[in-house]
Amino acid sequence: MRGLILPTATTWLLPVLLLFSIFLLLRGHNEPGGGFAGGLVAAAAFVLLSIASGVGEARRVLWVDPRSLIGTGLLLMLLAGIVAPIFYGDPFLTAHWWSFSLGGNSFSVGTPLLFDIGVYLAVAGTILLIAFSLEEEPA
Amino acid sequence: MVLPIAVVSGFVLALLVPLVRRLLGRYAIVVFVATPALLAGLFVSLAPGVIDGEPVRWATEWVPQLRLAFAFSLDGLSLLFCLLITGVGVAVILYAEHYLHGHPELDRFHALAQAFMASMLGLVLADNLLLVLVFWGLTGVTSYLLIGFEHTIGTSRLSAQQALIVTVSGELAMIAGLVLLGFAAGSFRISEVLTEGQLIRADASYGLLTFLILLGALAKSAQFPFHFWLPNAMAAPTPVSAYLHSATMVTAGVYLVSRLTPALGGTELWTIVLTVSGGLTMLIGNILALRQHDLKLVLAYSTVGALGTMVLLVGLGSEAAFAGAMALLLAHALYKAGLFLVTGIIDHEMGTRELDRFSGLARIMPITAVAAALGALSMAGIPPMIGFAAKELGLKAALDADASTVLVTAALVVAGAATVGVAAIASLGPFSGSLKTARDGGHDPGWAMWLGPIALGLLGVAAGLLPALGSGPLVAAAGEAIGAASDKYTVEPWYGVDLALALSLLSIAAGVVVFWRRLRVRELVARFDNGYRIGPEKGYVLLEVGMLNWTKRLTAVMQNGRLRLYLLTVVSTLVGLVWLIVFAAGAIPPLELELDVYPWEALIAALIVGGAAVAVTSRSRLGAVTALGAVGYGIASIYVLFSAPDLAIAQILVETLTVLLFVLVFYHMPRFGVETSQGSKLRDAAIAIAAGVLMAGFVLIAAGTPTESISDWFLDNSQPLAKGQNVVNTIIVDFRSLDTLGEVFVLAVAGFGVFALLKLRARRREEGDA
Amino acid sequence: MTLLLAIVVGVLFASAVYLMLRRSVLKLALGLSLLANAANLVIFVAAGLTRGQPPLVPEGSTTPPPDAADPLPQAMVLTAIVISFAVLAFTLTLMHRVYQEGGSDDVDDLSEADIQ
Repeated sequence: MRGLILPTATTWLLPVLLLFSIFLLLRGHNEPGGGFAGGLVAAAAFVLLSIASGVGEARRVLWVDPRSLIGTGLLLMLLAGIVAPIFYGDPFLTAHWWSFSLGGNSFSVGTPLLFDIGVYLAVAGTILLIAFSLEEEPA
Repeated sequence: MVLPIAVVSGFVLALLVPLVRRLLGRYAIVVFVATPALLAGLFVSLAPGVIDGEPVRWATEWVPQLRLAFAFSLDGLSLLFCLLITGVGVAVILYAEHYLHGHPELDRFHALAQAFMASMLGLVLADNLLLVLVFWGLTGVTSYLLIGFEHTIGTSRLSAQQALIVTVSGELAMIAGLVLLGFAAGSFRISEVLTEGQLIRADASYGLLTFLILLGALAKSAQFPFHFWLPNAMAAPTPVSAYLHSATMVTAGVYLVSRLTPALGGTELWTIVLTVSGGLTMLIGNILALRQHDLKLVLAYSTVGALGTMVLLVGLGSEAAFAGAMALLLAHALYKAGLFLVTGIIDHEMGTRELDRFSGLARIMPITAVAAALGALSMAGIPPMIGFAAKELGLKAALDADASTVLVTAALVVAGAATVGVAAIASLGPFSGSLKTARDGGHDPGWAMWLGPIALGLLGVAAGLLPALGSGPLVAAAGEAIGAASDKYTVEPWYGVDLALALSLLSIAAGVVVFWRRLRVRELVARFDNGYRIGPEKGYVLLEVGMLNWTKRLTAVMQNGRLRLYLLTVVSTLVGLVWLIVFAAGAIPPLELELDVYPWEALIAALIVGGAAVAVTSRSRLGAVTALGAVGYGIASIYVLFSAPDLAIAQILVETLTVLLFVLVFYHMPRFGVETSQGSKLRDAAIAIAAGVLMAGFVLIAAGTPTESISDWFLDNSQPLAKGQNVVNTIIVDFRSLDTLGEVFVLAVAGFGVFALLKLRARRREEGDA
Repeated sequence: MTLLLAIVVGVLFASAVYLMLRRSVLKLALGLSLLANAANLVIFVAAGLTRGQPPLVPEGSTTPPPDAADPLPQAMVLTAIVISFAVLAFTLTLMHRVYQEGGSDDVDDLSEADIQ
């Protein structure tokens, strides 16, 4: 699988796909998308890279071990939930929002966003863990 | 507040053992020993008030619906036990640090020992019937782990398992009994239960509940017919045996029986069961001890015998009997723990415990010899040791008993003789006579190992000689705690010349003869070995083997391991049953033949159906997988067409990855080879079609049944409450985020499962090659 | 359209069951994948089909249009899709390992439970 077309195309496709995955993640709350969709696209991007240039290269570009992604994702999800009981006395996973304005626009950031990011990382990590492990199987 | 802290501290320390060891290294032992020592000191400081009759109490709610309260009470009876538990604990833990030195799991021992100590403390301090059960179970688990400490050795595991199964079976009965007791008494608070004796004994369930409770207590204290597990538990390392099987765990039954005497005692059932079981155990234990040639087994069987004596005396129930039982408890703990520790020293130095392989060790191990002598003198009941007081009180109790006093007295004398013989065998045997060693070398061990036995022995002297210092008031307070207070029957170094003394001397003389002719005695007792073939232990083995065989046969029939058979069974049963119901209820779905189908939708449906057909019939693996992909994409299109954009995105991506996954795995596997017969193909096809029609019908019925949607709340509140316009997303990430959390965990587990299957195996293969 | 999709669901289920009863482990996996898809479709179709009205709240409003699709089954199916993929991955890996250790892809040979 060491052709010329696919690796070259992937060099350009990868950043676009990753950007798209983050776009899907962030827009998910108001439009179709979300953590699952974003995570799947991000994983697909790296799987594409691994098909084009080999698993080693994909792991190098990913830079972190997929297991760390899973762990971080789960941790973020738990953190998103723990905010409510610790700071507000609400049950676990109650959503809390904070709004601030930046350059004339008002933004709302909340625990569901943190949660969705956690989902994104965990889903991407799981799929990459599976894909890389299978691809590294000796023939 | 001190009581719960005292109980919980052991558990906390158990958890922190590795940390303590890491921080303090060699000096971690100071912490491990300091805990029981401080606790012992605590109990000593509380002693004066308790002995004066002011119990220390503390309680809080735990699970009110189960009537389980976290309640503790320190009175005379529990005080005695607490001091034994912590005091002997200090000696054992210090000893073990050096006995098990270099053992890779030494810290595991320390953690378990602390946890066990805490469980035992909780047991004797608990003031709630169900709380006693909790700690009873904890002592069972920790002792199981301690007995099976050398878990790589098969006999160790088996013995631990046997001990656990026997005591837990008793415990199950006891649970029922204690619950019944709580209801009969109208309260689960032990201090209240004990005042309702009349009420309980008159209750209809009295017989049943007493029987059940006694089953549990007798099993735990290795009474006949449950006695066989204790000698087998000698597979445990010696410090464990010294702690569990002389001073603490096995006495739990004695504790419970003593504690419940005011509530349950005094009736025929109570007295007969306890005295018969205790008496039989006393005789069997002590006599069988004479037959053993492994020093540890000698001590184990004599422990069984001593427990029997205690149970017998508690069963008699008189003031004298009770004083005797408590004095024996104290004496036995001190001398037996000491003797076990001495045995460990001998084992360490000689490499064996076989009595015939060494003698005259006093020449090379003088300090150990002194420790052994102190223990043996107490065991033989020589004044002024505490053992003497225990024996005298016991005999007095037997002589003053109303019924069958002759029988009981005779039994005590016989058992006493055997005990004296055992004491001599355990001390004079190894240490006196000409020097014969099993291997070269051999000397007194370091101070950490002889300090314990010597201290215990000296305590035995002090307790007997100067009872006012402690033993006297302790025993008296214990008696008072259960209403058997006595001024007449107390611990004294000497009781004057009376019948009891005469009988004592008789048993000592007989014991000396037994020792003198010990080899012959061993032969004589060995004649009864056939008893093992029909005894209770055989029953246990038969039960265990029988149950395993039965379950194996059952499993072979019900789960014969053939996956396709399971699938066939599951699917056909499901389909068959539901079809049956459909026919019976006549629920035919409304076939809305309004075909508002757009042409492209029909195309996509055809694609999906076609793809499924190809996947089923294709001979090519790649073809089947491609068809699978087509099905998936078709479904994604359905999601797009019918207002589910999030689903469509996920479906497309997942389907792509699925196809990739299949290809990655196919790469390593052979082509489609095996085929089933034509007949089974037809059978499977029939079942499949039945299932398909069923599900299609189900969908039609479900879709056609007008129901209230439960989603309105989500639709209405998505924007206002969750600040999101994508309702599906707000449900997943906000309203039902807990479900999502769980689902992502499942995802992670599956991912790690794949990783483990593929990666962890490779390492083993490397090790195998190297 | 419900009728048509119900038929599709039926065909998918039938194919899935048939494949799962075959002797090749790979066909078993294929059947499993089809089964997952079929199950998702069941939930989706049984909730009622709506064309062209996803459950999205338009700008400036606080609720979606009254005839929007039901969001709850969609939420359920979304997580189901991802999880069934992960489980399928695990199953396939398991089969791969079993084949490596046991040398056979025949389901009937799997009755020997002791594959170390």
